[in-house]
Amino acid sequence: MPMKPVLEISGVSKSFTMHLQGGVTLPVMVNVTFDVRAGECVVIVGPSGAGKSSVLKMIYGSYGCDSGRIVVCHRGEAEDLVQASPRRILALRRETIGYVSQFLRAVPRVPALDVVVEPLVARGASRDEARDKAAAMLTRLNVPQRLFGLPPSTFSGGEQQRVNIARGLLPDYALLLLDEPTASLDAKNRAVVVDLINARKRGGAAIIAIVHDEDVRDAIADRIVDAVHFSAAA
Amino acid sequence: MTDDAPLLSARGVTKWYGRRLGCRSVGFDLYPGEVVAIVGESGSGKSTLLRLLTRQADLDAGTVSYRMRDGSLRDLAALTDAERAVLRRTDWGFVHQDASFGLRMSVSAGGNIGERLMSAGARHYGDIRAEAGRWLARVEIDEARLDDTPDTFSGGMRQRLQIACSLVTGPRLIFMDEPTGGLDVSVQARILDLLRGLVVDLGLSALIVTHDLGVARLLSHRIMVMKAGEVIESGLTDRVLDDPREPYTQLLVSSILPA
Amino acid sequence: MSAASYNFAYLDEQSKRMIRRAILKAIAIPGYQVPFASREMPMPYGWGTGGIQVTAAILGPDDVLKVIDQGSDDTTNAVSIRAFFAKVADVKTTTATTDATVIQTRHRVPETPLSDRQILVYQVPIPEPLRFLEPRETETRRLHALADYGLMHVKLYEDIARHGHIATAYAYPVMVAGRYLMDPSPVPKFDNPKISDCAALQLFGAGREKRIYAIPPYTRVVSLDFEDYPFERYRQSGTCALCGADDTFLDEVVTDDKGGRMFICSDSDYCEKRRETASAGEKPHD
Repeated sequence: MPMKPVLEISGVSKSFTMHLQGGVTLPVMVNVTFDVRAGECVVIVGPSGAGKSSVLKMIYGSYGCDSGRIVVCHRGEAEDLVQASPRRILALRRETIGYVSQFLRAVPRVPALDVVVEPLVARGASRDEARDKAAAMLTRLNVPQRLFGLPPSTFSGGEQQRVNIARGLLPDYALLLLDEPTASLDAKNRAVVVDLINARKRGGAAIIAIVHDEDVRDAIADRIVDAVHFSAAA
Repeated sequence: MTDDAPLLSARGVTKWYGRRLGCRSVGFDLYPGEVVAIVGESGSGKSTLLRLLTRQADLDAGTVSYRMRDGSLRDLAALTDAERAVLRRTDWGFVHQDASFGLRMSVSAGGNIGERLMSAGARHYGDIRAEAGRWLARVEIDEARLDDTPDTFSGGMRQRLQIACSLVTGPRLIFMDEPTGGLDVSVQARILDLLRGLVVDLGLSALIVTHDLGVARLLSHRIMVMKAGEVIESGLTDRVLDDPREPYTQLLVSSILPA
Repeated sequence: MSAASYNFAYLDEQSKRMIRRAILKAIAIPGYQVPFASREMPMPYGWGTGGIQVTAAILGPDDVLKVIDQGSDDTTNAVSIRAFFAKVADVKTTTATTDATVIQTRHRVPETPLSDRQILVYQVPIPEPLRFLEPRETETRRLHALADYGLMHVKLYEDIARHGHIATAYAYPVMVAGRYLMDPSPVPKFDNPKISDCAALQLFGAGREKRIYAIPPYTRVVSLDFEDYPFERYRQSGTCALCGADDTFLDEVVTDDKGGRMFICSDSDYCEKRRETASAGEKPHD
């Protein structure tokens, strides 16, 4: 397919300057370059500390970049996230880029169902319709119904992670960033998540994932990118 | 945030108190539906900036413009006192750390909420009271407290009452100065959650002055970090907090107590 | 004359001119409180020094003065002020409402309708209707300037919330000519309708607070209220024990130590006139 990639990263470098440690500069990544196309899942591999999660955070905008380009293409428009304004990044997060982090950053008092509903409502879905979809998704991920109305901060790690996955995989983002989505799940739930990821691929999503579990990796990966090639630590 | 015209626009906002700097050359745009947190330590100029933006104090230099309901962007300095008063009591809301700035402590909760309605011309007691009751319930205060005065309320209830008083006229912009300062952690969480929900449901824009980075992370889309009267770093909330660039911001972030 | 050493009507001419300028401004801006340089008068604040200064400034040698206190011509305050002007201005005085050209009053509007050749001067203790809710003068002035009167309705709202009805019985706030919120001095709200569209000029003087305000003749004065709690006149139900009137404002008079009491007209002149007319009418039966 001669389609343009959904995401094109080229020449991205990243370092941290630690002012509290005498201004020491820690290089994290040098010259990150790869792309992801619609319907494709790229899995980033590499030893811990290689900066795999940092790549996802740069794409999502949580980290800045020192140089390079991160071009996201959605609905025919290409946008360089390295240069984009905060407002533009927020708009892309709402419309285009989904992110399932390693840990759910739970907001106090917000029930699990509303955590999942939120991105759908932000994209303009009606709350009732979003609730139905969210409930179905949580049920599919084996989150017991009695937990729907409770804030996830009281849940086990595995339950929190499934709420997080439901929240990230429910909207049809064109680009999905998954950071260890199955790390704290049992085999049954891992299989559900694999099915969900593959369904999103078939739906045309471009996916970048960090997965340690080899079975999961084999089940979802179309391509492997080794962080060693751009890790400053390597 | 689909609207591309800023609601509030500040340029070169500067204030001196004699030879002491209040704040210098602050410029930013606040868009509809956007929540911006102004963070910094006590004395960093963040409350001064809020007072300048709301024209409670005069600027020494710079401009603050506001998008009126008719769509025109007006320099607040060029508005008449009457126009500014109408803005303050209908289109803007205020939540102060000290509730006695925002409430009449010896007037009932219903009277406090009703004041802005009556200022706007409401003259039906039953309707005003019903509306006040609805807002009391919306901020999670028992409607049975409608006739009680805020001096009988807890700190958290007073903050929630302030929120109700501010929102009853359907404002587009709400200014908050340390809205959860001095409250217990559990009470704080409840108010933050309430504010978060209301801001989303009502499509409000908000400017929040806070020294609490946790509050900023929870409520805001963007952060401006102030130090010694100047904005030294600004950007997406998670980027400023997760990848801070300035030494001072790194110091602030590293000072957060683990949750 | 023992008062020969005083200027006409006690105050010097410059002071009277200053007060007249304040009065003219007050008439030009109905309901607006005009500050004036209140003078020391030979009686304490609270005894009507504001009203007396206004009366002194407008009184001419041909005027006929009536002074009432709570509707009565013969209470201490009324008698003293009447005697004061009889002495320092040598004007004629009267107790008959219809004969007077200037009527100084404390806390009542006469029952007899006033005419366009009369001036009613009110003694005012606290001229600012917003004062009880907003203690800062700078703030109340701002509220007046911006016609931001939601606060006054807050007071009425609180009345209804606490008492089930608007419990304010006197000094009931009014809007004058659709612009300024005004305290009509502590007259009972029974009198409020008489203040509106009145043929006489009405002047208000507050000596301690140094304010003069006015209602020009035939000015619309509206008592504040809610759509579902409209303004209501209030009077004690019953009839006057002396003249039998059933439509006047009544005073309660305790007659003995055993709980005996009676209601009589608060307006003593009105009550007397009714009794005179009645006894004149009854004469043929004797």
